[in-house]
Amino acid sequence: MSGGIFPEGNTVMALTLIVPLIGAVLIPLFRKKPNMRETVTLITAGVLFDLVVILADKVLNGGVPSLPPLEVFAGLEIRFEIEPLGMLFALVAATLWIVNSIYSIGYMRGNNEPRQTPFYICFAVAIFATLGIAFAANLFTLFLFYEILTLSTYPLVTHKGNDDAKAAGRVYLVLLLATSMLLLLPAIIWTGALAGTMDFAPGGILAGKVSPAMMGVLLFLFVYGIGKAAVMPVHFWLPAAMVAPTPVSALLHAVAVVKAGVFSVVKVVVYIFGVDALREAGTGDWLAYVAGFTVIVASLVALRQDNLKKRLAFSTISQLSYVVLATAILTPISLVGAAMHIAAHAVSKITLFFAAGSIYTAAHLTEISQLNGIGRRMPWTMTAFAIGALSMIGLPPTAGFLGKWFMLTGAVETSQWVPVGVIVLSTLLNAAYFLPIIYNAFFKAPPKADKHHPAHGEAPWPIVLALTATATGTILLFFFPGVPLTLAEMMMGMR
Amino acid sequence: MISHHLPVLIVLVPLFGALLSALTSRGSVSWGIALIAMVTTLAATIGLLSEVLHDGVISYEIGGWAPPIGIEYRVDLANALVILIVSTIAAVIMPYARVSVAKEIVEDQQAWFYTMYQLCVAGLIGIAVTGDAFNAFVFLEVSSLATYTMIALGQSRRSLLSAYQYLIMGTIGATFYIIGVGLLLTITGTLNFVDLAARIAVTPYDRAMLTALAFITVGIGLKLALFPLHVWLPNAYAKAPSTGTALLASTATKVAVYLLIRMYFSVFGIDNIIGDFPVLELLLVLSIAAMFFASFVAVFERNVKRLLAYSSVAQVGYMILGLSMATSTALTGTLVHLANHALMKGAAFLAIGAVAYQLGSVSLEKMKGIGRVMPVTMGCFVVAGLSLIGVPGTVGFISKYYLVVAAFEKGWWWLAFMIVASSLIAVFYVGRVVEVAWFSEPDKKTSELKEAPLSLLLPTVVLAAACVFFGVDASLTAGLAEAAAKALFGGSL
Amino acid sequence: MEVLQPILAHFNHWITIFLMVAGLYVVVARGNMIKKLIGLSLFQTSVYLLYISPGKILGGTAPIIGDNIEVYSNPLPHVLILTAIVVGVATLALGLGLVVRINEVYGTIEEDEIFTQEDDDE
Repeated sequence: MSGGIFPEGNTVMALTLIVPLIGAVLIPLFRKKPNMRETVTLITAGVLFDLVVILADKVLNGGVPSLPPLEVFAGLEIRFEIEPLGMLFALVAATLWIVNSIYSIGYMRGNNEPRQTPFYICFAVAIFATLGIAFAANLFTLFLFYEILTLSTYPLVTHKGNDDAKAAGRVYLVLLLATSMLLLLPAIIWTGALAGTMDFAPGGILAGKVSPAMMGVLLFLFVYGIGKAAVMPVHFWLPAAMVAPTPVSALLHAVAVVKAGVFSVVKVVVYIFGVDALREAGTGDWLAYVAGFTVIVASLVALRQDNLKKRLAFSTISQLSYVVLATAILTPISLVGAAMHIAAHAVSKITLFFAAGSIYTAAHLTEISQLNGIGRRMPWTMTAFAIGALSMIGLPPTAGFLGKWFMLTGAVETSQWVPVGVIVLSTLLNAAYFLPIIYNAFFKAPPKADKHHPAHGEAPWPIVLALTATATGTILLFFFPGVPLTLAEMMMGMR
Repeated sequence: MISHHLPVLIVLVPLFGALLSALTSRGSVSWGIALIAMVTTLAATIGLLSEVLHDGVISYEIGGWAPPIGIEYRVDLANALVILIVSTIAAVIMPYARVSVAKEIVEDQQAWFYTMYQLCVAGLIGIAVTGDAFNAFVFLEVSSLATYTMIALGQSRRSLLSAYQYLIMGTIGATFYIIGVGLLLTITGTLNFVDLAARIAVTPYDRAMLTALAFITVGIGLKLALFPLHVWLPNAYAKAPSTGTALLASTATKVAVYLLIRMYFSVFGIDNIIGDFPVLELLLVLSIAAMFFASFVAVFERNVKRLLAYSSVAQVGYMILGLSMATSTALTGTLVHLANHALMKGAAFLAIGAVAYQLGSVSLEKMKGIGRVMPVTMGCFVVAGLSLIGVPGTVGFISKYYLVVAAFEKGWWWLAFMIVASSLIAVFYVGRVVEVAWFSEPDKKTSELKEAPLSLLLPTVVLAAACVFFGVDASLTAGLAEAAAKALFGGSL
Repeated sequence: MEVLQPILAHFNHWITIFLMVAGLYVVVARGNMIKKLIGLSLFQTSVYLLYISPGKILGGTAPIIGDNIEVYSNPLPHVLILTAIVVGVATLALGLGLVVRINEVYGTIEEDEIFTQEDDDE
């Protein structure tokens, strides 16, 4: 596969960024022919996946594909370069986009959603932005695509157009824009002013150039400026975003958007601060506490949610802070764990959301208390749900186990007992809010079918296909973690 | 041969165009004349700009009288940029004007509108190109009188009132300016900018000079709608015909800002101004107040034209902020924002003008779901709105970037946060319009509407596209602004 | 007289300032649109004085070159003010034109009465 039809890695990279945009342009042309429109989406997703695989192959072989910089004005460049972590993120996003596209088609048609064309356009733009974030070679580029991602997902959140959706959209947009503009942008410009560059570089660019106190201040600005990482108290947008159609929640609010957040945090810590420099400065310790707090509190809140998607949202908040926590442990092995958890959580959380959407499409149920016995009618869906839940808890043989294992290893090796405690406690909490759902779904008697709850079977086949695929992926990733693990270790220079 | 006379041609062409337009009685003929005049002016401006880039500062003696006795037209990078903004916007709007004016203004007054349009452009370019303080006053009044008339040609009777109020405020402003210039004349005995600068440099900076500075600052401050001298602006913008609003919003305040920069940096010399009386600190406070207060008012405004007008007041705050920080980077931010704001406000007002054309109203509650029936128009509005917020990838980001960098360079990190915080308020007022236009179901009236005609769309799309283009590749605008700022800081004229 | 000396020495400026402030006061304080314009005119006129009076040089004659004349008054302010008068006239004319139109559509030229009408129909 190496080389393939495109000899130049750079050409492939350029295409990778352009393909989703082409999709976004083509989709409205077929707005009157839904079948053609969906074909465009699927072809775009398929081509994109191929391209990303080619790129991954190059990166795994030590290549560093990059594009010629585009100068905005002297001193500010839009520049792309793929490092291992970005590759991992792009791979995750591109892979899951295919599955999600299939799922979206089933979901949007199954629910007769209005305005599907703008929906698919925004989706394609969001994927474009995600890839831009993954490939960004400097802070400005990262920021640019971060904002495009926010803006392109805002219409998806308000898709329903009712007052609830608009209110949620407001929270979503204002919180994400406010944090990024108020904290992230000054942090970026400040960093540029202090370090003289904005480029991501192994070992960081701030090391030796700023005082430890300043590092702490900048870290604060970055962590809270990247509101997409949903570290408390800037997490409110995530539950609000759950009014969006489920495919949006699944791909964007479980994969692209939130992972863009934690990805940015990891990237900033590794390539701007430098893991060693930050550990020596000693002013980043608070991050572990903040992340730990978020993990626990979000889990406790999740425990009390009856709305399935809301519970999943708070679970996401908690899982995101795992990544931040792993980063804050500041050892190479824990950062490998962070990277692994990005991949693992993506594939398992998307499974859970797919299942939630499947239940909504087939049975029009949204609350957990309504799900008694549903496993008998929707065995595929609920089995997939169970696998995703196990991965959330971190039990083998699911992908979620790997990330937690590396995190724990890192924390134990450096005798950081607070993170260890947090991880153990939260694992119990995760079990507490997921296992009852599974138990009730399979072992409790379903309510009798009546006018409001007509008998139903599985959801449309594209939905079932998609969630089966991701559930299988969740298990496969445990047995064959090769590609993401290699990329994660390459990031930390361990390979 | 002609290329030698470019500095005066850019004023004369619209001036004579205005004359010819006034002699016609048919709107379409008048429009044709204006179109030719504006395109010619733009071409001349581009020629002029390339000359300046190639040969440096151009000095042109009016009537062959040598300065400082004669009037000198003097073109350097800073005013070349401003002239480029004015003539570009004026030309781009022309295709839009025909349809929009035909709908908003009665047939027998259309020729007058185009007359005033060209007079206004002649005046604005004149202010920018002249190197003479009194000549600047004359052009200020030429453009202002044309503006008052243009506003009075608006549809509602309220237009007359707005025009009258603006006339009073504008005349007071211009008179303040001329009082300041008169004091300078008394002190130094000259009116030529270069000559003034040379003589001020060797004159003690006494109370008389400070008084002159104060009068000039307040006078121009009125013209550029510096908070709290902005009260005339929202009504004037809201009640003018759509085409006029777009022209004024994109150019008029910019030229006034330019004049203030010229006065501060070239004539008085920024080092003099940093003297005992805290002029710059005062401007800093006022500009911050504008950034917050005007944005805040915009959030609660229901008339979208007024909303954008208040946003203009806030945006002027950013320009003056850059001036008052008095560093090269900050001034670059100001100059680049002149261009950037012209593009974004032009696009926004043109889009709203297109809505007014189709819907007959610009109040927010009547615009439900209009984005779904006029997607291109409102798409352009969204792009312009994002620029106002300062989202990266749009021109608004470029300006704010320079200002924030300048604040950090001065060590004023609190100011950096205030800049980004105030720009966040734009999220709310832009967001309100976007929410109503895109995420509300169209009501009975809006659902029957169609997309605006092509001649309205084209200029709007061009400006909106420019908002993105110059946000991604700002080498032209930012490069020009940076060079101009450096030259201004060198004290050269 | 010692005390009055600085005042008398600059009496032209005192007159200028008086006219200036009086004109500005009328603009601000009067609600009648015609009176506002009169105030505005007064305000502008004061500027003419501001320019012209320092141009007169004691013992100087009209600036026409002649034999045996060494001191001339400065002609520049006169030229400038001729222009300014034209501008002032144009402004006043436009202002009055607007007031006529306002009177036609509102039936009054008192500002407060117009504003109450505005409240009614908007």
